[in-house]
Amino acid sequence: MTTDKTQPTPVNEAEPGATAPRTTLLRALTAAGGAAAVVSTFLAWTWTAEFPGDLTVYGYPGGLQLLTLVLGIATALFALAALGLKGLRWLTPSGSTQALRMLALGTFAVTWFTVIAIAVDLDGLVNLEPGGWIAAVATAAPVATTFLLPDDTRPLCRPEKLPSWADILIIAGVFALGLYVVNYGIQTDADHPEPFIGYLIAVAFAAVALIKAGLVSRISELTSAYRSTTLVAALITAIVFPFFQDKSSFTELGVNIAIFATVALGLNIVVGLAGLLDLGYVAFLGVGAYTAALVSGSTASTIDVRFPFWAAVITGGVVSLIFGVVIGAPTLRLRGDYLAIVTLGFGEIFRLAMLNLDGTSGPSVTNGPDGIPNIPPLEIFGFNFNDDHSIGGLSLDSNGNYYLLMLLVTIVVVLIFSRAGNSRIGRAWVAIREDETAATAMGINGFRVKLVAFALGATLAGVAGAVWAHFQSTVVPEQYVFAGPVPPNSTFLVAAVILGGMGTIGGPLLGATLLYLIPKKLEFLQDYQLLAFGIALILLMRFRPEGIVPNRRQQLEYHETGQLDVPGATGLKDGAVGVTKAEA
Amino acid sequence: MTTTTTSPVLTATGVTMRFGGLTAVQSVDLDVHPGEIVGLIGPNGAGKTTFFNCLTGLYIPTEGSVAYEGTVLPPKPHLVTQAGIARTFQNIRLFANMTVLENVLVGRHTRTKEGLWSALLRGPGFKRAEAASKARAMELLEFTGLADKADHLSRNLPYGEQRKLEIARALASDPGLLLLDEPTAGMNPQETRATEELVFAIRDLGTAVLVIEHDMRFIFNLCDRVAVLVQGQKLVEGTSEVVQSDERVIAAYLGTPFEGAPGAEEAAEVEAAEAGASEAGATTGAPQDETQRGTTARTEDGQ
Ligand SMILES: Nc1ncnc2c1ncn2[C@@H]1O[C@H](COP(=O)(O)OP(=O)(O)OP(=O)(O)O)[C@@H](O)[C@H]1O
Ligand SMILES: [Mg+2]
Repeated sequence: MTTDKTQPTPVNEAEPGATAPRTTLLRALTAAGGAAAVVSTFLAWTWTAEFPGDLTVYGYPGGLQLLTLVLGIATALFALAALGLKGLRWLTPSGSTQALRMLALGTFAVTWFTVIAIAVDLDGLVNLEPGGWIAAVATAAPVATTFLLPDDTRPLCRPEKLPSWADILIIAGVFALGLYVVNYGIQTDADHPEPFIGYLIAVAFAAVALIKAGLVSRISELTSAYRSTTLVAALITAIVFPFFQDKSSFTELGVNIAIFATVALGLNIVVGLAGLLDLGYVAFLGVGAYTAALVSGSTASTIDVRFPFWAAVITGGVVSLIFGVVIGAPTLRLRGDYLAIVTLGFGEIFRLAMLNLDGTSGPSVTNGPDGIPNIPPLEIFGFNFNDDHSIGGLSLDSNGNYYLLMLLVTIVVVLIFSRAGNSRIGRAWVAIREDETAATAMGINGFRVKLVAFALGATLAGVAGAVWAHFQSTVVPEQYVFAGPVPPNSTFLVAAVILGGMGTIGGPLLGATLLYLIPKKLEFLQDYQLLAFGIALILLMRFRPEGIVPNRRQQLEYHETGQLDVPGATGLKDGAVGVTKAEA
Repeated sequence: MTTTTTSPVLTATGVTMRFGGLTAVQSVDLDVHPGEIVGLIGPNGAGKTTFFNCLTGLYIPTEGSVAYEGTVLPPKPHLVTQAGIARTFQNIRLFANMTVLENVLVGRHTRTKEGLWSALLRGPGFKRAEAASKARAMELLEFTGLADKADHLSRNLPYGEQRKLEIARALASDPGLLLLDEPTAGMNPQETRATEELVFAIRDLGTAVLVIEHDMRFIFNLCDRVAVLVQGQKLVEGTSEVVQSDERVIAAYLGTPFEGAPGAEEAAEVEAAEAGASEAGATTGAPQDETQRGTTARTEDGQ
């Protein structure tokens, strides 16, 4: 993956020998700073193991020190790559300085966060061992040196063609790394917020650094060149996830992420592709869940039937579909914000109806606020989902079973999304979203096409709801609110779609993962979750309106062939960041 | 070149459009015959675009009816397009975040019928239909000279190419009648010439064209027949010569009664020499030069 010398570079940085001595010195200093940060992680930063992660040991790093270690190594490596060290130059296909700045800042932020957290948690700077001071100084130096470096951003270098087995190995390695990173985040200690905050800081800076270095674009070139390999790799990564978890609370996080990500993806058909703002989407999840619960054979169900699981799922989907059509048919004929208002109302009416169909205020269907508990555990072909299973020596707990089941639903929804989106009907959705008048003038029956999107979205939510009801083994009305501290709620889902990136597959998956995981790990945030949502969305709209994962169409804007005639293209060169995390 | 004995593709009868107290279009009758290029001109605010909107179902005419090949059209845009009338917009309305190719593929919507199920199942029929749509779309991009930009986002195209793309998108529905609303607005003279050729080529492929334009040279080069709309009413309709020499038209455009302009003869000669190459080449009307100048300025205001 050495760089192609024929590629013209705007800045005189192609030949390392040609760089100014000052630049070389600064890069060497940065590398040294990275190395010093690495060394500091082998020292003790505090004297007591009270701080989570045990940072008291001389000899090997632990807890938050690991993050400083990894970022320090990365800083050193990227600085060496910038110095032109043979064998490392593939690290910076589109320039090193911006990436170095991000890495240096990331190392600095993580380390200083740790040091300050030690001082605050344990009351006083006296709790810092010399190692902590060394780390603080060692990580501050590269920030200074990297910001003195000249910017050497250049168009992405065409790498030399590698043999395809090497490309495939790289893809596999990327997914393995992705799985490791996701696992690390999921397995951080939920009792203390510090490790997870440090993790978030480190991942955010590292991700931006990889984007700036051009590695993300390289990877997305590879993944689009080897599509089927990538899909298989993603699938395997997602399947092996539960086998790596040693606590059932971790696999539970996995199931919930899978469910909410799937529901967010279903909503993305409605919001992202067709441009219909559905503010009561969670009600369709509820319709599916309640329907499945009623026909599940639960002792609390008012209907005395016991459908097999597949039939319960189909029933949930179909009933949701019917509700979707009933809500959509009158509303979608109108233009403007009517749909948002009607769906908002529907969401609340659904919850109130479920509360009141308790036999006293209305007919006895749902047991009111008690909901429908005791949904019997799933059993498919003698495989009981509530038991632990051992497959080839690897153990799978109850949550793991449901995770794999939910993964199947996720895959189906991903397939539906990509196939529908990339077809005549999908183009019609996008056309309606872009300009409804022009779309109808091109012969698109706006009402029909929107109704299909709305009903499809409702059906997928219903299916996911049916699975969710079985996983939870109970349904209660209070789960299906417009906004609340606990997902799923309609605000959560819409926010996941917008935050992640509308109209993409990776976007809602990543958005739902982040929005679910962060409040889960940072318990103290829970009361302020809605406030945090709001702030996050405002910041996003200001700095990255296309969402974390940009749409392929928006990405095209920055495509090489389009660069000549792009008016006012900004310097964003982001690839599909979400791919590696999409399977979480 | 047109025989008025053939049955018309478009018959608009007594089309009237009122917005509250304002009558934007008043009892306009217009026929377009197969293979014809008909021009629709008139000062700003005359109701030309409103008339197009009535024809294509974007507005429901207060009175009157629109028939395509003898069948009265319901005022629903998608049914009008399905029947065979396609249009472009005065203020470009492309699907900005779709690629050039996708824009044209959307135009194929009425001529394909793959629904959600076939998209999900991806059978051989779906793949064949999709490939055929793509081939046809590329053909049209070839035809309009945009083939090498197929993968660009439409919003990144230069202005002139966006107008061409609108035409390609409209042609994708294989229309029998194409309505063009100011197709050369904002174009430079070369681009305008190219558009002229394009419209002739479209006509030669068997699509009748009804075109609104303020560029009089363009209109009189191109059109077999020109209708003039003033304050919502059709003032004159006839060949270029007839319209150009009609005093009421000139009055409507210049706002003053026509008095034989001195030097008009010379201006006309220059005009004729310039337009000599074109096949329509029938620019003899005295006041054309002035007319054009006056209206070009106005077009710029309008944009
Ligand atoms: N939706 C509407 N509601 C109210 N008035 C309208 C509407 N559409 C058009 N009009 C009015 O109808 C009249 C005709 O407008 P129209 O756009 O058809 O003119 P035009 O001949 O296309 O002019 P131009 O050459 O500037 O494009 C104008 O006075 C305009 O303000
Ligand atoms: Mg107009």
